Amino acid sequence: MIVCVSHNIISPLGSTSAENYAAVKSGKSALRKYDGLWGLPEPFVASLIDRKSYEDDRYTIDERIVIDSVSKALEGTDIDIKSEKVLFIISTTKGNVFLLDENEHGYPKERVRLGMMARQITKHFGNSNEPIVVSNACISGVCAQIEAMRYLESGDYDYVIVSGVDVQSAFIVSGFQSFKALSPDECKPFDANRCGLNLGDAAATIIYTRKDEVDENEWVACRGAIRNDANHISGPSRVGEGSYRALRAVLGDNKASELAFINAHGTATPYNDEMESIAIERVGLSSVPVNSLKGYYGHTMGAAGVLETILSMQAVDDHNILATRGFDTLGVTHHLEVSNQNRSTEKRAFIKLLSGFGGCNAALLMAKGGLQ
Amino acid sequence: MIKHQVNILPNEVKVDGKALKVKSCGSTMLTDLYREYVGDYPKFFKMDTLSKVGFIASELLLNAEGDRNFEPREDRAVIFFNRNASLQADTHYQSTIQNPENFFPSPAAFVYTLPNIVTGEIAIRNKYFGETSFMVIDDFDEKIIRKNLENAFQDPVTKSIIGGWVDCSDEEHFEADIFLMEND
Repeated sequence: MIVCVSHNIISPLGSTSAENYAAVKSGKSALRKYDGLWGLPEPFVASLIDRKSYEDDRYTIDERIVIDSVSKALEGTDIDIKSEKVLFIISTTKGNVFLLDENEHGYPKERVRLGMMARQITKHFGNSNEPIVVSNACISGVCAQIEAMRYLESGDYDYVIVSGVDVQSAFIVSGFQSFKALSPDECKPFDANRCGLNLGDAAATIIYTRKDEVDENEWVACRGAIRNDANHISGPSRVGEGSYRALRAVLGDNKASELAFINAHGTATPYNDEMESIAIERVGLSSVPVNSLKGYYGHTMGAAGVLETILSMQAVDDHNILATRGFDTLGVTHHLEVSNQNRSTEKRAFIKLLSGFGGCNAALLMAKGGLQ
Repeated sequence: MIKHQVNILPNEVKVDGKALKVKSCGSTMLTDLYREYVGDYPKFFKMDTLSKVGFIASELLLNAEGDRNFEPREDRAVIFFNRNASLQADTHYQSTIQNPENFFPSPAAFVYTLPNIVTGEIAIRNKYFGETSFMVIDDFDEKIIRKNLENAFQDPVTKSIIGGWVDCSDEEHFEADIFLMEND
């Protein structure tokens, strides 16, 4: 079985997983309105890390927060990070893309290459395996965990460090603005008045290993699946095809009644949330509570799948279904069990669901103590 | 097991090791290949260079496989690796926002600033509902790619993969080394 050994989140809401969970549970959000930032002509709402506290001559902010996140995840473990049996998988969509700006001179331009960025990180830790960078749009964070499961199952590695990161810049924000995908206010996942997403900065790390037996408090990554809509490169399938197929694959023979919740993508764009409601109904999981964490962090892109998996594990540990901040009235055509309040649960498994540009969708089934 | 293989360089195209006659090179060659071997998929002209290279390579690969019926299927994955991710599209998009006096970000340019779009283009063309994935390593490494693709068969639905290396640094410099792999 593939087991979570340790994790960490670095975000505007804290620099440990525990700080982040406590902040989210109490309803805190890091979403703020920014006007004139990075010379952008339009204001935007985002969840941004204080850049000054991570300033570093050697490492870009993306590299710096991944290094910090991995370092913190390693605390208290006896993992020999330099070992050839340890593999790094980095999940990011845009990495150091800000280096393409002609006015950026602080770091070598070659670090815009994702593989070169990843090598800064493995070099820092003295690990000589070639790092794998998963760059699968918004589903990268779940794909990276699925890759980790496969590398561990194959027996080639003892530990896989999965670290997801993205840091916002004029490049990304202007792109989403050009798509008219950004909400002018704090986002409202699954709500009748939702009108777009917010973006966010974060790094999040999960360390996985393989074990033959697990105890009841250990988190097991049970099944993951990636499926394509085969429909459109920038809009989700109207019938939720890829998400439905990914959900069906990870659910297997398990029952809706075993799931504490589905932690959805829930970006608060009109199309994404509607599509997810269709996919969840098609697979027969309408009775399962659904939440979205975008109202606390915005969409953290390459970090999202890792960050949201960590918070969901902590929520189940705490017998809690985290509230969907920003939600008020259900505004999707298929019924979903969404709430803007924390709810209690005694169940021990959840599904993390994501979808992204390129028509890709990913789902991951996690169970505490493994599946029964 | 590798069933078919396609290699593309800016001045050379090989299908299963056999060179195709090409009269042109670079971006013109891609358009010529489209006209000669595809012809019925005008979305090609909207694609960024990475997608064009991956799309043309996949068309040649699937023509070599034969019996193209375009029936929807979930058992075939599309998994690519490269070095430069979506650098050509990124550089193009950056040029649309670099100058504050001439700021015109375009959604059509932005959507291609993700390397996995090429895998989506191939899934759409062929109605593949299976896994699509894109990964980046800083140097071509056949062992890493092969191992990764073999691992992908751990998904019990996946029976074959269009996989390999598709890279592009600008509109005239690109490389594809892709193959059709079946689970043995």
